[in-house]
Amino acid sequence: MHITQGTFSYLPPLSDVQIRAQVQYCLDQDWAVSIEFTDDPHPRNAYWDMWGLPMFDVKDSAGVMNEVQACRAAKPERYIRVNGYDRRYGRQTVGLSFIVQRPKNEPGFRLERQESTDRVIRYTLHSYATDKPEGERY
Amino acid sequence: MAGKSGKETGKSRWAAGVTPYKEMGYWKPDYEPQPSDILCAFRMVPQEGIEPDEAGAAIAGESSTATWTVVWTDRLTAYENYQAKCYRVDRVPGTDQYIAHIAYSIDLFEEGSIANLTSSIIGNVFGFKALKSLRLEDMRIPPHYVKTFQGPAHGVVMEREYLNKYGRPLLGATVKPKLGLSARNYGRVVYEALRGGLDFTKDDENVNSQPFMRWRDRFLFSMEGVAKAQAASGEIKGHYMNVTAGTMEEMYERADFAKEIGSIIVMIDLTIGYTAIQSMAKWARRNGVLLHLHRAGHGTYTRQKTHGISFRVISKWMRLAGVDHIHAGTVVGKLEGDPNAIRGFYRTLLCNKADPDPTLGLYYEQDWASMPGLMPVASGGIHAGQTHQLLHYLGEDVVLQFGGGTIGHPDGIAEGAAANRVAVEAMILARNEGRDYLNEGPEILAAAAKWSPSLRKALEIWKDITFDFTSTDVPDGVVTPSV
Repeated sequence: MHITQGTFSYLPPLSDVQIRAQVQYCLDQDWAVSIEFTDDPHPRNAYWDMWGLPMFDVKDSAGVMNEVQACRAAKPERYIRVNGYDRRYGRQTVGLSFIVQRPKNEPGFRLERQESTDRVIRYTLHSYATDKPEGERY
Repeated sequence: MAGKSGKETGKSRWAAGVTPYKEMGYWKPDYEPQPSDILCAFRMVPQEGIEPDEAGAAIAGESSTATWTVVWTDRLTAYENYQAKCYRVDRVPGTDQYIAHIAYSIDLFEEGSIANLTSSIIGNVFGFKALKSLRLEDMRIPPHYVKTFQGPAHGVVMEREYLNKYGRPLLGATVKPKLGLSARNYGRVVYEALRGGLDFTKDDENVNSQPFMRWRDRFLFSMEGVAKAQAASGEIKGHYMNVTAGTMEEMYERADFAKEIGSIIVMIDLTIGYTAIQSMAKWARRNGVLLHLHRAGHGTYTRQKTHGISFRVISKWMRLAGVDHIHAGTVVGKLEGDPNAIRGFYRTLLCNKADPDPTLGLYYEQDWASMPGLMPVASGGIHAGQTHQLLHYLGEDVVLQFGGGTIGHPDGIAEGAAANRVAVEAMILARNEGRDYLNEGPEILAAAAKWSPSLRKALEIWKDITFDFTSTDVPDGVVTPSV
């Protein structure tokens, strides 16, 4: 299983040089870059844990990369994503978001079907990883 | 004295009988449009012998208070307010066409009703004998009126946050063949395309509930495909379930069922009519379901440059009416689309404020007063080999729909979908790295094709496919005043 959330999940894993170029793009747009990590990659899990606050005042991609490295070192078996946040009026949302680290093993999801009347099926996505408590999942 | 005798009368304004529209107050060259006025730009070709300013006044008259003859009952009203005013007529250089600018008081229109707005402005005048042809080119909808509409049920920002997909065009495909598949086979196409990498699949405009596949069966099998693809990818996906039907009651029934089984999006066709669209937009916001609009039938009145309605006007009406997606042209695909005209449509759909820009066919400024933008959809004869051009012309806030370009892949639908996704992500990566992706596009794709066999096959099979025909609907550029 290879979770394909994020802007570049269909490409081979990005090198740090490539990641830094995307961070630079965000900074050039005047977007604040932030780092988030999780061990619950369910597609409806909107709130990954924040690696500190969005770096509103970091204007140097090297500084962002230091934080990426620090997050990787502290959370080696987590999904980590880098977000560029566009605060402009009319947007005020994420402009770019891509995964920069995955756990070695991605167990993925089980599709649960609750059979109902009249052939209706209620679907639920169950993340195998979340069978275990937080911190023991990967 | 358009449509009447063609002579100036010189008679008193209120004398019984026929008076030129110009003399009845519908021609006001010194009028200064009010901030709350609705402004319209009409492209008109008057019959021989009809003065252009009289023709413009006639349009103003017939789309507001006038009838063909003087009526004394006008004098019971503050008619100056209710009369539309033609305040400017410009000749289109090198043609027999003129652009008439007409201002309408906001009082002429019911709040929140596209039906009422359009019954006034396009209700009568398009069949007017005194004009050879007439086209509504653009409208300025003032914020005062914009604010009376719901607007897009969700809009671009909410849609992206709901899907958790940022920074790239969304990808879709229309299930093909559009007619004849059984529901079970249909759901297979949905599943394969979504698991391969698309964000959306789509019913076509004429897939409703026919003998070979009834709507409920299609919805159930399609939802199975959506759910399986979500499990396989960890992404949120959707299938536009077309709820278009013969009555509102049937549409609500189908939409409610789509929601009940967990669909994040439903679709409607433009053919259901403006009021039905507004009703469905209210339903979509109330129920948290995205609303896709297929512009079925629009080519009958948007394509010809001298008669009908420009699609930029339809775009404005649909933003007010409240859909989340609308097909708005591809530039490079199989359907009509001049690059500048389409850039104007996209700006109309997405921007909060747009300035007038004759090169894009935008006659007026337009302030949407924070009404969310909606997602343009590019569909019809596009494929992965055009990704750099699509990104250049259309930007990243767009749904690129590769129907044949997904399902026609020699290695299967999922491979076709993956090819499109790889192409788009590779192009976005390159653009963000600062590369000249428009000119280097073919190399960028070729480099990705080295490690992506699905993209390699797609590029081989469709590499030379283009649809290079001259557009009929092209903005004039700069119009020089002559009247």
